[in-house]
Amino acid sequence: MDKFKVRGISKRYGKKRVLDNLSFELEPAKIYGLLGRNGAGKTTLLNIITDRIFANSGQVLLGDATVAGNRAALAQIYLMSEADLVAKHTKFSELATVLDATYGFDFTEARRMLAGFDLDDQAVLAKLSTGLKTAAKLVLALNVRANYVFLDEPTLGLDANHRELFYQELMKTYEARPRTFVISTHLINEVQQLLEGVIILDDSKIIKDQPVADLLANAYEISGPAAKVDEYTAGLTVLTSRQLGKIKTVTVVEPLPDQRVIPDQVKLAHLDLQHTFTALTNKGGN
Amino acid sequence: MQFEFDQSAPLYQQLADQLAEMIFTGLFAEGEQVPSTTQLSQELQINPATVLKGMNQLVDEQLLEKKRGRGMFVRAGAQERLTTKRREDFYHDYVVSLVAEAKKLGIEEAHLLDLIKRGYDHGQV
Repeated sequence: MDKFKVRGISKRYGKKRVLDNLSFELEPAKIYGLLGRNGAGKTTLLNIITDRIFANSGQVLLGDATVAGNRAALAQIYLMSEADLVAKHTKFSELATVLDATYGFDFTEARRMLAGFDLDDQAVLAKLSTGLKTAAKLVLALNVRANYVFLDEPTLGLDANHRELFYQELMKTYEARPRTFVISTHLINEVQQLLEGVIILDDSKIIKDQPVADLLANAYEISGPAAKVDEYTAGLTVLTSRQLGKIKTVTVVEPLPDQRVIPDQVKLAHLDLQHTFTALTNKGGN
Repeated sequence: MQFEFDQSAPLYQQLADQLAEMIFTGLFAEGEQVPSTTQLSQELQINPATVLKGMNQLVDEQLLEKKRGRGMFVRAGAQERLTTKRREDFYHDYVVSLVAEAKKLGIEEAHLLDLIKRGYDHGQV
């Protein structure tokens, strides 16, 4: 399978810069998280790389082939998004047939998944509640035979039970047919363990692009008496800082200096992905 | 099966440690099959690459073995290997922190030895 390559993508809406020279690569058969605060440019990025809107500059490649306007490449790329692109009376089965013509579609597996969400293939998407509409769209996304599947807010309106069911189905289909998934979500805690790689967008730029395990290995919360915490973190980039009485707690996302001894009373703990994310994208402190 | 994960160590390491614990306590007996990567990944909702990394570590430590087309099994002698390793780690994992805590509390060596003796006399060991 080919790599998916994004090279120097920029996008402006009028004078507002939405994406600023983004470059990254996605490997075949891996699950990535695309994280960013509202307005960071996630949806715009997903729409560009799936050829729904144009970039002002830059290139998207599948292997060596340009994706824009390339039917063969686009048949390997599927985007599930919040936007509703279907006509009012379209049934699930009709949508599946349309997708089958472009991508190929696993009808049997889709029916099994639908049953889990208490849906069937005669459901009319426009008439479903937000949560069930999301469920139906997810079942479509998990059963198209594309090698790159992008999921923009895939849990919108899903209750906790259906979110868990989705995560299970995702693992199941991923192992049955390994392909790349990119999940854009705000429910970072829930997807942390599902992800292999993470791309963090902030203020129209990519600020992190690495394996989740590597990012978390260097993400710390350091707390203790203020003076000792300051001494220990001297020269490091302190992302957030808060104080409770004499106790100061700071976050740092970078390797700690090996040679520096951790003072007594200072405690080090690893951050989870959500707190790493909020530390990295927090503006103006707490 | 009860797994619990936190941020204290890489996820694959925690998974490997907890599976090793289950082998040590005999929950998975020697020669017995352990859940597959697929089963663990779906059940625990963990990326299969992470699960595989944890399982491979146990294969490297000669606790698990892969049987072609059949899955992962607990190796003969796994429990003994774990016991040996834990004995080697005992000083570092338990004694060092025990003595450090005793010092903080002003418990002197003789008193600590008494306490250990009491643990042996009254404990379930």
